[in-house]
Amino acid sequence: MITENPVDITSVLMDESAELSVSVTQIVQRLKGTHLHSQLEKQAKECLHKPEIKLETLKDDVRRLLKASGWERKLQNAVYRELHILPPSGHPRAPPEHTKEPLEYMCKAQVNWEKRILKSLNSMCTELGIPLARKRPVPEQKELTNKWNEMGTDEPGNADTNNLTCSRLHLDVLVGLRNPNNERSEDLTVRSHWGLIQVSLNVRDIPQMREMYPELGLTYGQLGIDDHTHVPPDLFESEHIHIGKKVVSEQDSAAAQQYSRQGCPTGLRAQLWSLILNTTNDPEDITHYEQLKARVINHDLLVDNLIYKDVKLTASNDDYYFVFEDYLYQVLLCFSRDTAVLEHFSYNSATPPKSCIQNKSGSEQCAMVYPPNGVIPFHGFSMYVAPLCFLYNEPSTLYRVFREMYIRYLFRLHSVSSHPSGIVSLCLQFERLLQTHLPQLFYHLREIGAQPLRIAFKWIVRAFSGYLSTDQLLLLWDRILGCDSLEIVAVLAAAVFAFRAENLMEVTSLASAEAVLADLSTLKVMPLLQIFLFATSV
Amino acid sequence: LPSQQTAGHKGACGSQKKKEGGERVSAVLLRCVSLSFMLASCIHVSLCSDGEWDLNWCDVGWLRENFDHSYMEEHVRICHFRNHYELTRKNLMVKNLKRYRKTLEREAGRLEASKCDFFPCTFVLPSEYHIFVEEFKRSPGSTWIMKPVARSQGKGIFLFRKLKDIIDWRKDGSRSEEQKDEAQVESYVAQRYIENPYLIAGRKFDLRVYVLVTSYIALKAWLYRDGFARFSNTRFSLSSIDDQYVHLTNVAVQKTSPDYDPEKGCKWQMQQLRQYLTAKHGFETVQTLFKEIDNIFIRSLLSVQKTIINDKHCFELYGYDILLDQDLKPWLIEVNASPSLTASSQEDYDLKYRLLEDTLHIVDMEGRLTGKEKRVGVFDLMWNDGPVHMDVGLEALGSSCLVANTHLGCVNDRQKQLQQLLKPFPGQKRT
Repeated sequence: MITENPVDITSVLMDESAELSVSVTQIVQRLKGTHLHSQLEKQAKECLHKPEIKLETLKDDVRRLLKASGWERKLQNAVYRELHILPPSGHPRAPPEHTKEPLEYMCKAQVNWEKRILKSLNSMCTELGIPLARKRPVPEQKELTNKWNEMGTDEPGNADTNNLTCSRLHLDVLVGLRNPNNERSEDLTVRSHWGLIQVSLNVRDIPQMREMYPELGLTYGQLGIDDHTHVPPDLFESEHIHIGKKVVSEQDSAAAQQYSRQGCPTGLRAQLWSLILNTTNDPEDITHYEQLKARVINHDLLVDNLIYKDVKLTASNDDYYFVFEDYLYQVLLCFSRDTAVLEHFSYNSATPPKSCIQNKSGSEQCAMVYPPNGVIPFHGFSMYVAPLCFLYNEPSTLYRVFREMYIRYLFRLHSVSSHPSGIVSLCLQFERLLQTHLPQLFYHLREIGAQPLRIAFKWIVRAFSGYLSTDQLLLLWDRILGCDSLEIVAVLAAAVFAFRAENLMEVTSLASAEAVLADLSTLKVMPLLQIFLFATSV
Repeated sequence: LPSQQTAGHKGACGSQKKKEGGERVSAVLLRCVSLSFMLASCIHVSLCSDGEWDLNWCDVGWLRENFDHSYMEEHVRICHFRNHYELTRKNLMVKNLKRYRKTLEREAGRLEASKCDFFPCTFVLPSEYHIFVEEFKRSPGSTWIMKPVARSQGKGIFLFRKLKDIIDWRKDGSRSEEQKDEAQVESYVAQRYIENPYLIAGRKFDLRVYVLVTSYIALKAWLYRDGFARFSNTRFSLSSIDDQYVHLTNVAVQKTSPDYDPEKGCKWQMQQLRQYLTAKHGFETVQTLFKEIDNIFIRSLLSVQKTIINDKHCFELYGYDILLDQDLKPWLIEVNASPSLTASSQEDYDLKYRLLEDTLHIVDMEGRLTGKEKRVGVFDLMWNDGPVHMDVGLEALGSSCLVANTHLGCVNDRQKQLQQLLKPFPGQKRT
């Protein structure tokens, strides 16, 4: 920033450093309550017994010892993680609703959307006569405990529950978004968008993506391309695996994230993702999971039926994920009861729904978040968990990794916000990329009533889970984690259209366009991404 | 998708094959109704009369009745070896393996012989009944499995823990009329049941792998890179050994399970399994596992090498059933001479189609191959009178490690490979 007044610069810098110190204070505050903090204290105290410690240089000596024993690295990883989930900083006087979603019309749309969902949920409740929550009778609790590892064999006890939200409804909400500051007229004007999304958000184009994510470029080796059979492993693969092993042994979160931009080797992926997400499998994590499991056993929630139905309809019918049915129940049922997830609403534009609980006498009413984690599952939700089953089979580890992935990235795919990784931005980015680089194709599809977003939306909402083959999906999710952004999903969607452009130009209806793009299981993700991002002329 | 059963009575059907270049039209006789559909897609098919065939894809019944009486010209090929049952009947396989192991121990020592410990403790009944009882008593509480020697698709198999269960069975009990009428004396094997199978998400599975043998003397065997894992539809537990659906992973059995959803398919491609295992256990462990699986194929073939009547007209496509235990040790369950070629899904159909097509490429009736290939389509040459190693590139020169030429569960670029391989170039010599 260039100003003429030197005082201004200082004040700007001071503002920035003030912002920084606010963040630092916030992080310190958050970490104070964690298990890591008490572990560090304990370690520091134990250090005092060591002979090398001298009173004059106490602080430095303790620091040095903690560094040597790997505790500093753990703290670094924890801080790094906190930075990821820090709520956006805003004006000190702005209320939290404004900082998590600055655009009012987005807020409104999200609120209206939530109202509709709640209405549906309530009517389902009354129609089916099932309470939102009920305590399980003891024999039922016992039965569930026995069947915990094979819940998949049950038929969901209750009658047909209509899927609460399906992607078509969700897409209509996004299509209906309008910025009230813009022209109100519904007619086609010069300023209209050709795509479905009619709001203007700042989304990255190809040159900007190239700048942001150079590691995806043609000059960098990639797993998913350079580990192909006819490429000698010495060229890239062996070295990359070697570095990967080092990263894992150093237990460095930030390094792991950087590393995964070029893909994670299959044998190291589980550890690398754990590292990036800073999930541990300490006894306290296992206890936490067991507590959640106990909550599932004790109470039956209405949303459980949604979960059962979703798993049966999606993951169980998938050729590769059907095997993991039981794990999915174990993760999702516990997820619904995890109040720790509520933290993410400080930066999620959504608000957790509340239910009114009436006292026995019928007089008192208190509002409680329902479900306990504030997230109402929808059709396809289980597909967020399914790919992770390939990497983790300890239920508590699987759970932790999923939860962290959800509160960092996946929640953005189904709440209305202006965030660059939010579903609105991703859809808009997809459309813009296609319009800019394949205008003829876009125009043609639009003319035949096959707006590209209508086809690509389901891919984007699920981050391609269930559409790509698992190894390709995992390579894609490597990059989501590595780039700390979901934009790559929008780019891939555009790249798929570009790949099948020739066939798409020949179709004459939405149905035939869908047919051309029905089967993505043979696609190789990285070549498509690279060609689209780095070999397209701009 | 063809959905006929391969087992059971097969009819006859003739077919014709047009040679490339418009040469003499040769004939292929097909004796399996279900196969005719498959092979018909590979090669042009039309009717011809009996006895004038070049390629006979027959069932084992036909072979038994007609092989000895048929005169076969030099170029003719048939899809079974005369006494393939030395490998594919459970009792004979065990006999041959045990004998091979003994020979190995005598000639090369204990360590070498221990490489043959890939089949569970097995006894042929009723001839080995007494030694079986001795072994049974030595390990009380263990589970055993009883299998008829010449059946397939999981028929007649049951588990037991108490001698009394089979004493009852022996006397009379559950044996059907059919079984009692069988003249064969040695009709069952009792085998130690693998009680700790490797489970994926609580389910048991086994592997089906395809091995093509084109000659026993000298032994030449090819390994198909793709295969699949067959899952049992229910969660594994030792508590109910009567529940066939838990323990038997044959698709034929699973199909009748109440849980079975044909859309599900309960199969994973080999690549999928390999990736899953690599993600769980790391690259080196899985590499070792697959090496051990190769070892099973090679040693089982070596064990019958001297017994099987070699014939240059014969080739055979075996379906190996392998089970993994929790320590990631592979076990040989059985070898099938007529692996099922019916498909349960489009993916499955594609796999079996390619399998057949590549088999015919290797049998090479049109003489397009030089004989020096190490890879044809999805088949890798695994053994050619000795272990076969991958061609090493320039960078690896100087390194002393030899890499085996097998790639089970690995990526394959079949189309490209076949194009390059089968492309005729001027002056190419034919063998």
